[in-house]
Amino acid sequence: MSGIRLQGVSKHYGALRAADAVDLDVVEGEFLTILGPSGSGKSTLLLLIAGLLAPTDGRIHIGARDVTDAPAQARNIGLVFQSYALFPHMTVFDNVAFPLGVRGVNRGDARHKVTEALRLVRLAGMEQRRPAQLSGGQQQRVALARAIVFSPDILLLDEPLGALDRKLREQLQVELKQLQRTLGITTILVTHDQEEALSLSDRIVVLADGRIQQIASPQEAYLRPANRFVADFLGIANFVPHDGGEGVLRPERVQVRAPDADGRPGRIAEAVYLGQSIRYHVELDGGNAIVGVARFEGTPFHINDRVSVSWASQDVWPVPS
Amino acid sequence: MPSRTAVGFIAPLLLLMIVVFDAPILYMLALGFWSKQGGFTTEHYGNLLEATVYLKVLASTLRISLIATIANVLIGYPLAYWMRSLSPRAQLVAIALVITPFWVSILVRTYAWIVVLGNGGIVNSALINLGLIDEPVRFLYNELGVTIGMANVLLPFLVLPLFAAMLRIDNRVLQAAASLGAPARTIFWKVFFPLTIPALSAGALLVFILSLGFYVTPAILGGNRVSMVSNLLDKLINEIPRWEQASAISTLLLIVALAIFAAYRHFDRRVQS
Repeated sequence: MSGIRLQGVSKHYGALRAADAVDLDVVEGEFLTILGPSGSGKSTLLLLIAGLLAPTDGRIHIGARDVTDAPAQARNIGLVFQSYALFPHMTVFDNVAFPLGVRGVNRGDARHKVTEALRLVRLAGMEQRRPAQLSGGQQQRVALARAIVFSPDILLLDEPLGALDRKLREQLQVELKQLQRTLGITTILVTHDQEEALSLSDRIVVLADGRIQQIASPQEAYLRPANRFVADFLGIANFVPHDGGEGVLRPERVQVRAPDADGRPGRIAEAVYLGQSIRYHVELDGGNAIVGVARFEGTPFHINDRVSVSWASQDVWPVPS
Repeated sequence: MPSRTAVGFIAPLLLLMIVVFDAPILYMLALGFWSKQGGFTTEHYGNLLEATVYLKVLASTLRISLIATIANVLIGYPLAYWMRSLSPRAQLVAIALVITPFWVSILVRTYAWIVVLGNGGIVNSALINLGLIDEPVRFLYNELGVTIGMANVLLPFLVLPLFAAMLRIDNRVLQAAASLGAPARTIFWKVFFPLTIPALSAGALLVFILSLGFYVTPAILGGNRVSMVSNLLDKLINEIPRWEQASAISTLLLIVALAIFAAYRHFDRRVQS
């Protein structure tokens, strides 16, 4: 188990800066998520840490060790790809035993460790199957077992659940979190799915154009975004005037009430039923739009209903525009 | 179920295939059991076993084909592997260079080898001028020359399917192997190479079976000294002529080729399952 430290790490492809002077400290045992839209350089960052790309500039440390110039083979990192990247010609057992084989672990120990790893990802009994005989979720579990079986110092996950359907993804998120907690292994997850990032991580790193926009706990990043990009990328953001500048207001903090209540008058443009709650898109008189989320109780508003919208000014977080 | 209309569309092709392809083959197969006086006989097949020259030619055909196939694999695999590492644009150029010989008549290409490999040819004069040899190496009119010529003609049949299979290998799989601690050599032998075996064996089989029927190359580069089955057939049909004997040999060659193909299918199914 080790922490990870990136110092001024850059990766340039000609004029394109996939990573631009990135400084990052990952604490030992932490679950950190790198979150960003596609093309933000998040996978590049992961491949740099894994040693599958060489940085243009900067140093990378794992634990006390400077691994900047070490090849991927020497970094002792568990890596899981979105495409699983299993060895199609090997059985599940041989896939998971592969990293043990190259480390010269003897057969008896290897068998024991593979069995244990497959039990952890709930695939006991599947040893003799081939990857092609497994579902996507099962293949991803095999990839996970293969990445943890040799007790790596850190675990890197590149959109590991991106190819799975929603229900399975949510289930695997829970399992992934439990597994990480059981092993206590330093983990970096890369994703463009903000819900995944918010639910899994101790801290999230929001990335755009190869630059870190904010490093914070999920709650902090959501409620106190460092800039407009972060506010907009995480959930739904209302941008409202605040102290002569601009502030971000989350929909949960917006109150949508009957038109005789205090507040700004407007009209329901869209009402989206979300189960426990209902989301109103309100067009304020004067042309501005605002989104509010209310608990689903009593009689909900309908499209074109007149409403009154209000919020408390302490719920608005100022962002530099 | 094929519809009536579909049958109508392919009927002309079916007819053509039956008349110009299937019927002659059946006729050829029957001819091998035809005696000169008319009626059924197995004497032509008896001849194959008694006159050792026929089996010798068959054995040398198999040997030369095998050597040409091995040479093709030894040259073609590294070539395809190298092409995989090129940029997409350079890959196009490399493919074009591999295919270009297809555009040149096999006759022209084979005669070109005489210029290159002859006693006064480019290779020999270069070797002599460099002082590496005193006497010119005899490349031509022996099995060496035939093998070189055949390997050249057949290379694209191995390289193209092999290259296509190599391109299909997901780079992430190789990256995963590296991240799991495997050194480059282990990644190649335990991951990359096994994934190319189906394409490699299919390509090698294609090359081998095509080799069995080679005629022009052994005729020109082998002089009259190297006899492969096709050249023997040429003599039996055009010079002697003994069509019935030729038919028996052709049938034997066909059986050998089918047996090899059956063995390949068996092996391939075991690998796949």
